[in-house]
Amino acid sequence: MAIKLPVYFDNHATTPVDPRVVEAMVPYFTEKFGNAASRNHEFGWKAEEAVENARGQIAKLINATPKEIVFTSGATESTNLAIKGVAEMYREKGNHIITQVTEHKATLDTCKRLEKYGYEVTYLPVEKDGRINLDDLRRAITPKTILISIMYANNEIGVVQPIAEIGKIAKEKGVFFHVDAVQAVGKIPVDVQKDGIDLMSISGHKIYGPKGVGALYVRRKNPRVQLAAIIDGGGHERGMRSGTLNVPGIVGLGKACELCQQEMAAESEKMSRLRERLKESIMSRLDETFINGSMEHRLPNNINISFAYVEGESLLMGINDVAVSSGSACTSATLEPSYVLKALGVGEDLAHTSIRFGLGRFNTQEEVDYVADRVVETVSRLRELSPLYEMAKEGVDISKMKWVAASDSH
Amino acid sequence: MAYSDKVVDHYNNPRNVGSLDKKDPNVGTGLVGAPECGDVMKLQMKVNPDTRVIEEAKFKTFGCGSAIASSSLATEWVKGKTVEEALAIKNTDIVRELSLPPVKIHCSVLAEDAIKAALGDWKKKQGEAEAKPAESATSAH
Repeated sequence: MAIKLPVYFDNHATTPVDPRVVEAMVPYFTEKFGNAASRNHEFGWKAEEAVENARGQIAKLINATPKEIVFTSGATESTNLAIKGVAEMYREKGNHIITQVTEHKATLDTCKRLEKYGYEVTYLPVEKDGRINLDDLRRAITPKTILISIMYANNEIGVVQPIAEIGKIAKEKGVFFHVDAVQAVGKIPVDVQKDGIDLMSISGHKIYGPKGVGALYVRRKNPRVQLAAIIDGGGHERGMRSGTLNVPGIVGLGKACELCQQEMAAESEKMSRLRERLKESIMSRLDETFINGSMEHRLPNNINISFAYVEGESLLMGINDVAVSSGSACTSATLEPSYVLKALGVGEDLAHTSIRFGLGRFNTQEEVDYVADRVVETVSRLRELSPLYEMAKEGVDISKMKWVAASDSH
Repeated sequence: MAYSDKVVDHYNNPRNVGSLDKKDPNVGTGLVGAPECGDVMKLQMKVNPDTRVIEEAKFKTFGCGSAIASSSLATEWVKGKTVEEALAIKNTDIVRELSLPPVKIHCSVLAEDAIKAALGDWKKKQGEAEAKPAESATSAH
């Protein structure tokens, strides 16, 4: 079977909208265009009904109740609302927040802003496998701690944190627990009851739904979480998030959750099979390749590999008909290699050589085979070009060499 | 990120890839950059000691496409030039030729460093004392 180029293996960045989701959304742009807050006519009722239906679809996927779902513009907003909302609401109780170093920037930068306002934030380190140490967490909790914010699964390395254990600790200590579950929801079972989650950020476009829509799960009992709003206005979403609801987007997010619920078991099995095939096909043919992060606690659709002696951006350039991401500095605006890999203790030299492969619903085995061949061929070609590979083959220990950097600003 | 056609061409068809015998007294070797910075260039030149003309140039580069292109271009440019002519090549010449964007200027700096380091090594081998070490060849970018 011929494959269509370019191949998309960057499903942690975003996913295509499932055609079934598009189909569900379309009427809400045109004939059912009403404002869900219009209480006195048919147009408003139709829109409201659709929104409530979506709330139910999302709640069902994560074992919540519909009233616990607050719609937002996306997971970045959800995370801002969760962290800032708790921080403001519970300021008198305490000013300490615990998070960890490989979180998404939505969490890290929100915490950094709160530090400016007098909050104290503990950034837990991670172990070599990318997971936090639960004893570190226990030790970090103080009487002033109001919130723990830990992601379900990491967006670069797919490593899944011990969420249920963290939830238990949070409950014992009477601290709220926020989870950025953007990469996990719809991919692996997420259950806010079993996992002891109080607040959870969800994104539409990572689960074959549209961009520009997300949700925040806010627990209503045992314990009830209250939030100070960060967007003021008409008091939509129980006062937690003002602004006219994005009805088509919300319908899409709901439908996307419903599809994930129906297909997760089979899809997750397919993802792991394809991922294993990709990993084997690449790693059996190339020496000096390293997997970043735990294989055991990992999303089924993720693999992150460092290809020693080959700089990531040059590898991306060589496989230009394949869409993947690199932890190389050259692909980032800051010229710093991935902070996630650094936190794992991956040396900067290897961080520059890392590639993230993110598989998705619409990928095929033929694509996996094509990508593996392209990667193997390009890495081999670039290693022929690499002075480091040549030196390594001559037995030179590169880590012990004295390097003369071109400048002071790398 | 869009690359210029010339960068793509050098990346796809790098000129003068390989190594020369670093023990040869007429071969100067420059190794600049650092793996943790994401780029390392090795540039070697074989210089005729009588005419001071660079007869052969080879490179190997670990780095992004622009780094590979900068060093590939450097080998093309130095071949046939005298040592003095080659030392006059500026990183800005490389930036212009390859249309490098500002974030990639350090690639050209590294290529200039590599030329200076290789010729410095050659001069040292020839017993010319004024050879400057590579690290002082450039300041910042």
